[in-house]
Amino acid sequence: MRMSEGGGGRQGLGPTGAASDLVRGIVERHRSLEGPLLSVLHTVQDELACIPPECVPIIARGLNLSRAEVHGVISFYPLFRTAPPGRKVIYVCRAESCQAMGGIELEAHAKKRLGIDYGGTTADGELSLEPIYCLGNCACSPSVMVDGRLHSRVDARAFDQLIGR
Amino acid sequence: MSTRVFVPADSTARSLGADAVAEAVAAADPAIDLRRTGSRGLYWLEPLVEIETAAGRLGFGPLDAERASRLFAAGAPAADHPDCLGLVEELPALQVQQRLTMARVGLIEPLSLKQFEDHGGFEGLRRARALTPAEIVAEVTNSGLRGRGGAAFPTGVKWRTVLDAEGAQKYVVCNADEGDSGTFADRMIMESDPYLLIEGMCIAALAVGASRGYIYCRAEYPQAIANLSEAIRLVEAAGHLDGFRLEVREGAGAYICGEETSLLESLEGKRGMVRYRPPLPAIAGLFGKPTVMNNVISLATAPIILARGAEHHRRFGVGRSLGTLTVQLSGNVRRGGLFEVPFGMTLRQVLEGLGGGTASGRPIKAVQAGGPLGAYIPPKHFDTPLDYESFQAIGAMIGHGGLVVFDNKADLGALARYALEFCAEESCGKCTPCRIGAVRGVEVVDRIRNGEQAAENRILLKDLCHTMIDGSLCGLGGMAPLPVLSVMEHFAEEL
Repeated sequence: MRMSEGGGGRQGLGPTGAASDLVRGIVERHRSLEGPLLSVLHTVQDELACIPPECVPIIARGLNLSRAEVHGVISFYPLFRTAPPGRKVIYVCRAESCQAMGGIELEAHAKKRLGIDYGGTTADGELSLEPIYCLGNCACSPSVMVDGRLHSRVDARAFDQLIGR
Repeated sequence: MSTRVFVPADSTARSLGADAVAEAVAAADPAIDLRRTGSRGLYWLEPLVEIETAAGRLGFGPLDAERASRLFAAGAPAADHPDCLGLVEELPALQVQQRLTMARVGLIEPLSLKQFEDHGGFEGLRRARALTPAEIVAEVTNSGLRGRGGAAFPTGVKWRTVLDAEGAQKYVVCNADEGDSGTFADRMIMESDPYLLIEGMCIAALAVGASRGYIYCRAEYPQAIANLSEAIRLVEAAGHLDGFRLEVREGAGAYICGEETSLLESLEGKRGMVRYRPPLPAIAGLFGKPTVMNNVISLATAPIILARGAEHHRRFGVGRSLGTLTVQLSGNVRRGGLFEVPFGMTLRQVLEGLGGGTASGRPIKAVQAGGPLGAYIPPKHFDTPLDYESFQAIGAMIGHGGLVVFDNKADLGALARYALEFCAEESCGKCTPCRIGAVRGVEVVDRIRNGEQAAENRILLKDLCHTMIDGSLCGLGGMAPLPVLSVMEHFAEEL
């Protein structure tokens, strides 16, 4: 999934039938790139909201890699997921500039308001909360990104408005 | 003719409501010729609406949709309107700047090739095409340009090494993994003047003999990725790439991939594990081929160096820090944004003169320079000039030009802990000092802050920091201790 999107209700269906064909097609389309694996993983996640573990052998076979190599790459990068997130993912910046403007308080508020910690999803499957380390919006800290949209100078009230609850 | 009005579409401006402002302007007066530009980087004024007049562009801001509707209710407002900031070019915050690299940023529509060329775009590339590779390299070397990503290595020397390296296939890689907190200059260039970066990469490719190029951009910058991808498509269709194959590749949230060898691994489709050096990437880089890798700003400065000549570039700056520094002011600061100024201004001039002090109105307690691995600088050093050597002399670094301001409520002990926590989170795990040291460092900081054998643990922490500095494979483990040591030295009561 790109930063621009949440799960959007997609189920991250295992690659049975249509989904596995889709993954094979993605691998096929990217095969001519130099070093295609990250591009393949991004595209799979765009389509399925995550990279289901069942995709790993298909990707490995298609790119002539070992399953361990593919798994190793997926697990290395914080933005790759193996299970679908909530409908929307809320990224809260933890970096220094945001800390200088109340980021710590915002982070505590977000966790309390949603009743989840980083990496968690609300019980209704709507919202996931993730930490992020700088959104490049530092002149207007603290920053939050939802659905690829940046939000500036987010305090507790603005956060509540943003999540609509 | 209908009045031309400019509203930024930069992601920070949009986060402050620029889209709603643009809609409000268009709705208030449908006859207006509305253009979406990049941002000037004066973020405290965003959304900043500019209106074209015979005398220049008038500025109004910060606006919200409601104010914009009122302002444009009877057509575009004039210079005598009480809310008018005057001519944008004459704003003190722009007057004080020397915009070489960022000259077009905020001025033009980012994807308009015509506006790019009307404002000097491709002049550098045209000149480069008339020179030999060695002459291009000489021009960049003579300009005194040093790597703006933070390491400040002479760009021309790097290019020379790749030019001299043997290889049928060579690469140009742009490091656009701008992960340091407090920095956004790369993002601004990619969003607001993407053709500039492309021009710089074409020049680098000519200089070293590379036929392929990659821009590795962090995933946290979706708009930069979108603008760059579209810019590459348009510039290629217009025939400007001359056979040079350029692609954008997206990172996936790993800070370590800003380290050059880790970035290469990631581009190759692997875990972002740092490589041993030697060999240098210039000799054996991407896929083992000679590779020139530069930061966005370094590459984006090559065009003006080629267009105006090395001597022009040397006219700015001091000592061995030549040209301009894109200062990015952020954190607890009244006027946060981007200021491109010649090297040599003092930190105080920047913080007080440009930044206007803290946003909270409280005294400045410390400034972190150069990202999460940079030192916390106390007020007693605020008269230090902004140049690489002077900063080194006070145990700090300029890095990518980010300055994060903290007021006197900041808990520097907690920030020192955070530096190590961040290192533990982002370590690639290849070398022991970084992988284990960062985790143990957090534990020791906690013991000190809890008053457990504080004196002994302070000695241990310093020792651990030096082990990390001396023993780590790359700059992450090697520099993450710097903010910690700076807090211990300058704010001893807090750690």
